[in-house]
Amino acid sequence: MNCDLKKNWWKLLGVLLVLYSVIAGFLVPAPELPVVHESVRNLFFHVVMWFTMMVLFAISLAYSVRFLLRFDIRLDQVASQAVNTGLFFGIVGIITGMEWAAFTWGTPWTNDPQLNGAAVTIMAYLAYGVLRRSVDEESKRARISAVYNIFAFVLLVVFIGILPRMAAGSLHPATGGSPSTVVTMKAAMRWVFYPALTGWILVALWILQLRIRYTRLKDLLYEEV
Amino acid sequence: MLSSEIRHLILKDIKLELRQRYAFNGILLYVISTVFVCFLSFSTIIDLPAWNALFWIIMLFAAVNAVSKSFVQENISRQLYYYSLASPQGIILAKIIYNFLLMTLLAALCLLAFIILMGSLITNYMLFITALLLGCFGFSSVLTLVAAIASRTNNNFALIAILSFPIVLPLMLILMKVTLSALNQGSWVENSHYAIALILINAVVVVLSYILFPYLWKE
Repeated sequence: MNCDLKKNWWKLLGVLLVLYSVIAGFLVPAPELPVVHESVRNLFFHVVMWFTMMVLFAISLAYSVRFLLRFDIRLDQVASQAVNTGLFFGIVGIITGMEWAAFTWGTPWTNDPQLNGAAVTIMAYLAYGVLRRSVDEESKRARISAVYNIFAFVLLVVFIGILPRMAAGSLHPATGGSPSTVVTMKAAMRWVFYPALTGWILVALWILQLRIRYTRLKDLLYEEV
Repeated sequence: MLSSEIRHLILKDIKLELRQRYAFNGILLYVISTVFVCFLSFSTIIDLPAWNALFWIIMLFAAVNAVSKSFVQENISRQLYYYSLASPQGIILAKIIYNFLLMTLLAALCLLAFIILMGSLITNYMLFITALLLGCFGFSSVLTLVAAIASRTNNNFALIAILSFPIVLPLMLILMKVTLSALNQGSWVENSHYAIALILINAVVVVLSYILFPYLWKE
């Protein structure tokens, strides 16, 4: 075999877990719920995407903080690619959410604090991308985007933590004080949810690693030219 | 040390502003013209959410206009001079407080124009003014740091709007809720947790600016 399984075992594990979760997600018995019926299976996709996105943004925050402490440009590259990958998962999360909403609530979008928080998060990180593109010099770009990353992340956590808790009674599940539907999930569904979450996070980390390698190779190439 | 530094920097900014009136005239023109356009299209507004929404839209854009000028005015050599004299924490705190004063002036102007041209629908004045002041501080602190970030790049105004909009949006949601209930005969009790949330957010933003601005200032 060509690939080094000792270093890359987690990638194979991730792919297998995702495959398992996709198949089992449709085969596992769904609980009898009033409005949602069978589409509660979207839990394995929609919620998992959001969790993965949050993990990636947290990684990006950690690397931004490390960059400001050490000023190593490689740390900033990781932070920026983590944001890009996280944005992808966030957009997929929004699309799966809109599909689910169109089925259960009749409309793809509505005025709900969690949805507003989601839109604001995606906008903030898109603005991060715009900021990066508007500075040419590498070290300056890294410093400025690290500052904005930390600022935006902390404020978004504050806003998305506070606002849904204050707005009691919204359509979106897991608001008004309750932590999440994971706690109220039936045992059978947990057997699919946690592997799905782990699998998708591993796949996301693989994508992140590939993106980082790609940018570093591209930089090397252009440097020689 | 830090407080006297901040006081002197604020006084310097106020003196500069009184001499040139660059930002103030811009704000005055902007507010009067937008409120007048609204007046021409609506005459008087009877609908509460519409009054609320228009007020905050005008405040938002006037605020972005006002604060975006704060880091643009001084040229490079003078900024180097400030760098050697004052600490970055002092500079950012002074700018936040100065912008807050500017924003309160702006808010008073906006409110006056609204009341004169379109009638006052406010029932609970104290609640409204408290929300307005907290909102002004929130706008000022968020927009000042974003203006500091954008001043290090080249495309100033559009970038400030793009960067600040996602962060200001939840803040505006809270403010609009509180002012709508102030228009709607709301009481202090209902809105106290929003007020506390606003104070908390302002505190978080000021602390973040205090920590992060030195990294921007290091040019």
